[in-house]
Amino acid sequence: MLLNFLVAAVVAGTPLIFATLGEIITEKAGNTNLGVEGMMFMGAIIGFIVGQQTNNAILAMIGAGIAGGVGALLYAFLTVSLRANQIVCGLTLTIFGKGFSSFLGQKVMGTLVPASIQQFFVPRPIPVLSSIPYIGKIFFNQDIFVYIGYLLIIGATVYLFRTKPGLNLRAVGESAASADASGINVTLYKYIHIILGGALCGLGGAYMSLVTVPVWQENIIAGRGWIAVALVIFASWHPVKALIGSLLFGGLSIVGFRLQSMGIHVSQYLIDMLPYLATIVIVIISTRKNKKEDMAPADLGNAYFREER
Amino acid sequence: MSFLKITKREDTPRQKAILIRIISVVLSLIFAGLVIAVLGYNPLEVFSSMVSGALGSASRLRQTVTKAVPLIITSLGILVAFKMKFWNIGGEGQIMMGAFAAASVALFVDLPQPLMLLCMAAAAMIAGGIWAFIPAIFKAKMGTNETIFTLMLNYIAIKFVTYLQFGPWKDPNSQGFPKIADFPKSAVLPSIGGMHMGWIIALVLVILVYILMNHTKKGFEISVVGESVQTAKYAGMPISRIIILSMLLSGGLCGLTGMIQASAVEKTLSSALSANYGFTAITTTWLSGLNAIAALFVCSAFAILVQGSSYIQISMSVPAAVADMIQAIILFFVLGSEFFLQYKVSFHKHGKEAK
Repeated sequence: MLLNFLVAAVVAGTPLIFATLGEIITEKAGNTNLGVEGMMFMGAIIGFIVGQQTNNAILAMIGAGIAGGVGALLYAFLTVSLRANQIVCGLTLTIFGKGFSSFLGQKVMGTLVPASIQQFFVPRPIPVLSSIPYIGKIFFNQDIFVYIGYLLIIGATVYLFRTKPGLNLRAVGESAASADASGINVTLYKYIHIILGGALCGLGGAYMSLVTVPVWQENIIAGRGWIAVALVIFASWHPVKALIGSLLFGGLSIVGFRLQSMGIHVSQYLIDMLPYLATIVIVIISTRKNKKEDMAPADLGNAYFREER
Repeated sequence: MSFLKITKREDTPRQKAILIRIISVVLSLIFAGLVIAVLGYNPLEVFSSMVSGALGSASRLRQTVTKAVPLIITSLGILVAFKMKFWNIGGEGQIMMGAFAAASVALFVDLPQPLMLLCMAAAAMIAGGIWAFIPAIFKAKMGTNETIFTLMLNYIAIKFVTYLQFGPWKDPNSQGFPKIADFPKSAVLPSIGGMHMGWIIALVLVILVYILMNHTKKGFEISVVGESVQTAKYAGMPISRIIILSMLLSGGLCGLTGMIQASAVEKTLSSALSANYGFTAITTTWLSGLNAIAALFVCSAFAILVQGSSYIQISMSVPAAVADMIQAIILFFVLGSEFFLQYKVSFHKHGKEAK
């Protein structure tokens, strides 16, 4: 029972893994992109449509990544090149992405993901690892999309903390002016990582439409993008903690169904509040931290203009 | 940057600023027109239908005004917070809690109309204020991130009202349909000029907030805290108190929006009542340059857009999603144009650039 719940929690948490990681990378470049929800919508619909047209899961995922990346490019152009307000641009991107997906989604409303793609995303046990008691069943008997999420978490951790470009990226987020002075191309770094972050959000959205639901429905993302934005703070900008947070919140989001199936009757709407309440508690607790590496990038939210140094 | 030179403008002459904004709106309409054409509609027809749908007759104009009212009042609330660089994106939840408090009075207390409406408004402002006070006190005392905090409170408020609507407050006379009972007549705002009196409240509040922010000591203090907490500290201002008081006002105004919508528009409480006004107001507030008078105009323009969009859904069966996309496109252009207000771009010949 509990084991099944935890397996389901990983599935429910996977869109959050991608989106949270995407937003961490974006914020490491010094930009808060509140368009996560919108980019997830864009990825969800493009991934879904490409999947239906091509019957190819890989192409669907690539399409979703590109869709999220294009949304992020729009945001990057406005906030980096035109130095527009990041919060307002992000919100506008969310409005746009939602409208975009619901327009394109009208024609595929209620239709299914092709069987070949569903087949591609069935749980596949990883040899050896999946035979570890409990852990194997929970983490290593999942679908390929989930495994890609794990790999990205590891990859992002190494990239951010063990490579030269990762160090440069963190320098841009801490102080764009000093990074610029030391010869880092601030604009280029911001663009690349904002777009990369958006592509990850797009993939997170595609997980919803291709695997979790696998039927197109209106409002398929249902606020997960906003949870991801909050999880970035929970994770104190660290990919591994983002994984933990995503699984925790994945679990919280399905706890209501489980309780009801166990015959415990609590209003679904009250249980639905849990992830949001938990986020608040976490944001408050994380304020108390004072270690430097747990803090937000110092230059987060500020537009950079060389001549104002 | 080799042939473009970008310099910060000291200040932009008003005429030039207006010109830049007009150009950006025109460009956005051209671009939106292209998108509309690609989607298979006639852009000119869509635009003219939108204008006529928003302004074409007295009754349509009244509807547009009715849509502008919640935007204006919420924008004023958001403005007070933004002036302090407190990113209150919790307008949505504050509207909901205001509406909830107003509904508590309307449904469970029996009062004559004027008293009833005053009590509802007071309850709504207190409830909205409390919903903004919670993140404010954490921000003031501990430095907790207010963006996420206020955002999460939106969801909690909406889930809470949904819970009431489907649970304890469900109207037993609604034949199983999940809705809360309609307010008694005494709890409905009267009409003036064929529209509910919210528009008068909005106009009065615009003037009051304008005076507060631009001509009083409190307003000055708020903007100093927004400019630099350090400066405010050196000047001996009670920073925590300023943050908390202005957030009470910010949330209170949003709460009042909730009361007006519940009383005059929905005539009940529903989980759809906030209708994204809390989010839309963030954009309108920003575009108004945090000025109350400008907010009046920006919100009115936005209401025309919203009303026009909902009209073309019926008249030309253009889906709501297209209207959302048109709105976002126009916003992107206007947001992008801010750059040209603040910076001057000039062209250089190659090789002539001296650094």
